[in-house]
Amino acid sequence: MNGIRELTIVQVALAYVFVLVVLAIVRARGIRREKEILLASIRMTLQLVLVGYLLVYIFENPHPLITVGIILLMEAFAVFTVFRKFKGKLSGGLKRVIALAICSGTILCLLYFLLVVVRIAPWYDPQYFIPIAGMLVGNSMTGISLGVKSLLEGMTVRKASVEEALILGAEPREAVREIINSTFDAAIMPTINSMLGMGIVFLPGMMTGQILSGTLPTTAIAYQIAIMFGIFGSVSLCVILLLQLGYRTFFNKEHQLR
Amino acid sequence: MFRFDSVTFLDILRVPSLMIGGGRVTSLLGASGSGKTTILRMLNKMVSPTAGEILYHDRPLREIDSVLHRREVCMLSQTPVMFEGNVRDNLLAGLLFRKAPLPEDTVLSETLDRVHLNKPLSEPVDKLSGGEKQRLALGRVLLLDAPVYLLDEPSSSLDENTAVAVIEMIASCVREKGKTLVLVTHSAAVAEKYSDDIVEIRNKVAERRSV
Ligand SMILES: Nc1ncnc2c1ncn2[C@@H]1O[C@H](COP(=O)(O)OP(=O)(O)O)[C@@H](O)[C@H]1O
Ligand SMILES: [Mg+2]
Repeated sequence: MNGIRELTIVQVALAYVFVLVVLAIVRARGIRREKEILLASIRMTLQLVLVGYLLVYIFENPHPLITVGIILLMEAFAVFTVFRKFKGKLSGGLKRVIALAICSGTILCLLYFLLVVVRIAPWYDPQYFIPIAGMLVGNSMTGISLGVKSLLEGMTVRKASVEEALILGAEPREAVREIINSTFDAAIMPTINSMLGMGIVFLPGMMTGQILSGTLPTTAIAYQIAIMFGIFGSVSLCVILLLQLGYRTFFNKEHQLR
Repeated sequence: MFRFDSVTFLDILRVPSLMIGGGRVTSLLGASGSGKTTILRMLNKMVSPTAGEILYHDRPLREIDSVLHRREVCMLSQTPVMFEGNVRDNLLAGLLFRKAPLPEDTVLSETLDRVHLNKPLSEPVDKLSGGEKQRLALGRVLLLDAPVYLLDEPSSSLDENTAVAVIEMIASCVREKGKTLVLVTHSAAVAEKYSDDIVEIRNKVAERRSV
């Protein structure tokens, strides 16, 4: 296996041809999206360059505090992204549950994956810790977003039947059982579908990257299988925590709907 | 059985002092929007008073577990809410929530007869009319055989004859078994004919009036 072909700056610049072609077409057709396309392209470039230098620094100077700090930043970013997405619709209680679900769900799975499955040493090795954390947190954030959306919708659309169940003497957990089940489905289906399509419909990014950089495809696949289960576990755990704790925030201690 | 002690609910309703007797039929009268439903919901703890206290068997409601209380003080909502499924699923819903033993189909069919609903148990509920749903919801709560019933306009969407028959059935069932009934109705005639006590809401205040 060969190592990866280095890309020079000129070669990267050549890739900008894609953007220029699209810009030309957009302008010719009078679609007013030039600004957005240009902004997205430039932002993407700058962000990645910065992250690249940052990662180089971190990899050369590994330190447990830096690794921990970066994980915490990722968690905070994920939590606030979800808050922003549902601005004005989340109660204080539900916000706390979301933060708790994302953080404890991903950190638990991350530690298990790195220390028990991959067994990295030292435990804070940023080369493994950071990209794997990124994948777990990113996917779990998507799962939580879907879960929150479906939970809020369910509690609105099915409010009357939740009330009726309470009136008939149901425990709150029984009254929301169907909402919980359909929310779990909605949040977890994308991950299950991506497992179903993997290798046939698409080659996942991590595996493609490893293969490009010279890793044996069999090794890359072993990693991909493991990380897929890691992601599945993390998304599921986060969503289960969200649901088991989250439905309670819709009721007060007298078991009445808030 | 129930005692209201200086109860207020927001600025909607006041119940300065009121007793609702056990083993009796009490009708609750008042204009639409006067707070009749709110009183029933306070009685079975679906909402709590903003001020004051309601006692049940001399115990403050807020000290009683809400879920257990709702199983004993059984309420029929004003607008029937059906769960997905057929007539049988809906008849059994309350028992399922209580994790109580389920009766045979013959018992379910008898219940449908009692509420004058002539539909097979396997009929999907989305095919039922408003009045049919109302009777099914009534059957569902009668099946629970609770000691106290709170019925919120149980005959509002029924034709006159069926309404009379249903009210007769409820009244005789309650009296036979010595149950307690609080009946919300918009008909003073119904209230006077069937009840031992009448409570009326006027100018946002609920008070006993003579029968
Ligand atoms: N939880 C609540 N918060 C605010 N207003 C309410 C609440 N419940 C009922 N109301 C209002 O109280 C009034 C009385 O309602 P209701 O008890 O349903 O009257 P009724 O059953 O006599 O028609 C209505 O104006 C209703 O909108
Ligand atoms: Mg009403």
